[in-house]
Amino acid sequence: MSQTTLDQAAQATPPRAARRIKGLSDRAIAWIFVGPTIFLLLAINIFPLIWTINLSFTNFKANRANRAVEYIGFRNYERILTDSDIWLSMQATAHFLFWTIFFQVLIGFTLAWLINKKFKGNDLWTTIIVLPMMLSPAVVGNFWTFLYQPQIGLFNYVVAFFTGADPSSFEMLGSVNLAPWSIVIVDTWMWTPFVMLICLAGLRSIPDYIYEAAEIDRASKLRQFFTITIPMVLPFLMLAVLFRGIENFKMFDLVVQLTGGGPGSVTELASINLKREAFEKWRTGYSSAFAIILFVTVFGLASIYVKALNKVKER
Amino acid sequence: MRNMKLATVSALSLAAAGLPPATAQAEDLTLCWAAWDPANALVELSKEFEAESGHSMSFEFVPWPNFADRMLNELNSGGKLCDLLIGDSQWIGGGAENGHYVKLNDFFDSEGISMGDFADATVYAYSTWPKGSPNYYALPAMGDANGWFYRKDWFAREDIQADFKAATGRDLAEPTSQKELLEIAQFFQGREIDGQTVYGAAIFTERGSEGITMGITSALYPWGFKYENTPGSYDMEGAVNSPEAVEALEFYKEFYQTATPPGYTNSYMGESLDAFKSGQVAMAMNWFAFFPGLYADPNTGGDKIDFFVNPPQNQAGSTLGGQGISVVAYSDKQDAALEYIKWFAQPDVQAKWWDLGGYSAHKSVLEGDGFEASAPFAGDFLEAMDAVQDFWQEPAYAELLLAMQKRMHDYVVADQGTAKEALDLLIEDWTEVFEDEGKL
Repeated sequence: MSQTTLDQAAQATPPRAARRIKGLSDRAIAWIFVGPTIFLLLAINIFPLIWTINLSFTNFKANRANRAVEYIGFRNYERILTDSDIWLSMQATAHFLFWTIFFQVLIGFTLAWLINKKFKGNDLWTTIIVLPMMLSPAVVGNFWTFLYQPQIGLFNYVVAFFTGADPSSFEMLGSVNLAPWSIVIVDTWMWTPFVMLICLAGLRSIPDYIYEAAEIDRASKLRQFFTITIPMVLPFLMLAVLFRGIENFKMFDLVVQLTGGGPGSVTELASINLKREAFEKWRTGYSSAFAIILFVTVFGLASIYVKALNKVKER
Repeated sequence: MRNMKLATVSALSLAAAGLPPATAQAEDLTLCWAAWDPANALVELSKEFEAESGHSMSFEFVPWPNFADRMLNELNSGGKLCDLLIGDSQWIGGGAENGHYVKLNDFFDSEGISMGDFADATVYAYSTWPKGSPNYYALPAMGDANGWFYRKDWFAREDIQADFKAATGRDLAEPTSQKELLEIAQFFQGREIDGQTVYGAAIFTERGSEGITMGITSALYPWGFKYENTPGSYDMEGAVNSPEAVEALEFYKEFYQTATPPGYTNSYMGESLDAFKSGQVAMAMNWFAFFPGLYADPNTGGDKIDFFVNPPQNQAGSTLGGQGISVVAYSDKQDAALEYIKWFAQPDVQAKWWDLGGYSAHKSVLEGDGFEASAPFAGDFLEAMDAVQDFWQEPAYAELLLAMQKRMHDYVVADQGTAKEALDLLIEDWTEVFEDEGKL
């Protein structure tokens, strides 16, 4: 049938065009197909990257188009790397990144392991658990600010119920000590289901016969868990960590909605700092250098991580 | 060809019949401003302009927290969204130097619009660049300053008055100094009124845009804060971190820690209004622009509310708000936009502007008979405008503002470092900005 269709298409092609296409090499045809994609990639990824690198060596400010642009060498990079505020924002980012991933993997895997057990209402629970990740970060940020409200917030009342503390005696978003944890809690609440789904896919990919063989060998449940479940789910878990790591390194919307980077600057993550430098202070050259530093950091870490992931998969 | 001839003949006939030339065509003008109460009043007022001129008006109102971001992006990208812009006073330097605003001197001269007809403080703050020079880039559109309002009904209650007298040894009344203001706020903090716990005052602590800076300068100015030792010198050491500035900053932090509602860590105009209207606080700071709406509020307005100017300490001082109206240089409808400004500058239009809830800066309104009696806050407004101070209006104002937002929030809300350290760091930040600008 497909042969007939091809024949019909060949017959319908005008002779001159057919000759032209017939004369093209495989490589040329490949370029015709790949060309538009490469063009788009160059236009919207590579060119801006090169342009950003170029700007990072200048004192350019996008809101001062009339001002002469000067090349200032590595001064922007030097300023960034010696700026204590930048390092504080990197520290805040590292805190956020580490703890969100830690909790999401821990809770996400546990939930996946529980959901993987066959029980009544299994599908319903899965649907309920994945709901938070379907919400918009702006919506989540907004309603969590109400939940964290010291006078009327449900979160404070729940904590007060279990600890006996006065609900308005602590401020999750206003306290320097609690605010970094408040954003970790919200991100964990929102994105744990994502990690759970990936882990669930991993758990369901393990064939039953492996467990059956282990049972025959009289391996305990604990041993089965550590020698079968964990190693076989590990590539999936590592993939989830990679996705969440990249996402949270550039986290912006949720945290801006929750704390705006405050109190003071304790939750001012690198991406928030970058946005302020680029589009509020309009220090385009400086922020370009900052963006390049962040890009190199993420790219470098992700490359190392992907190599490790491939090794785990090969095992 | 025949159609072409017909069209030409028709066009000539119409021109001969005296129809307006192309430049006088009805335009659809877009006016950009912040989304707040006075903007609604301006929509109402502008209907008269539409009827008189034949032009139609569209409005682009952006909520305050996003207003600067949105509009400065628009200007920096040479956008044509706005034909007229009521931009914040601090934008005037950038608007003028970056060519975003049309210079209005020739237009004012040709139309007989005199800046002498407007309150001096508003002309200086909203229209001129360089500051105080006779180079006008805006017409004063909306006078404004940061003021205070309070629960008059609570202040009048005998039991509360007696408690206050017992606690402080003086009568409970509108504060006459910043320290009295704090004392009153602390008195109300955590007090039970009608079975509800209430708090002292709502002040500005917002981190993201300009909130905490506007709040803190309301304490700094009465203490005698100055940005430079000599105006125009950018010599900040000893001025920005003077002992008076340190004391004012410590005062504001004490105010925040001892006299504001719990969780009041990132609050600006909206939160202040909400706290007051919900009966949570005895006093609140906010811009005069909101006062007509507050007075009209059915629950906490009318007899229950009264207003006072930001109290002095070492001197009188209020933080300037308000805006001028400018013609955007990228607009294709500049003639029609200038027509709007000419219409808006008329004394009778300015009088209606005040009646509708806008704050006219025209002397015919402000100095008119009965102005002070026209609203319970009108006298306070005049008093405030006599002692207003504004933030830097430099082209790099956004950098200067964000640096102050950070340093002040770090000190007041995040409780990091001392007041002196915060101000020293602020000088470092500002010095770096002015060095980048080539001004130091």
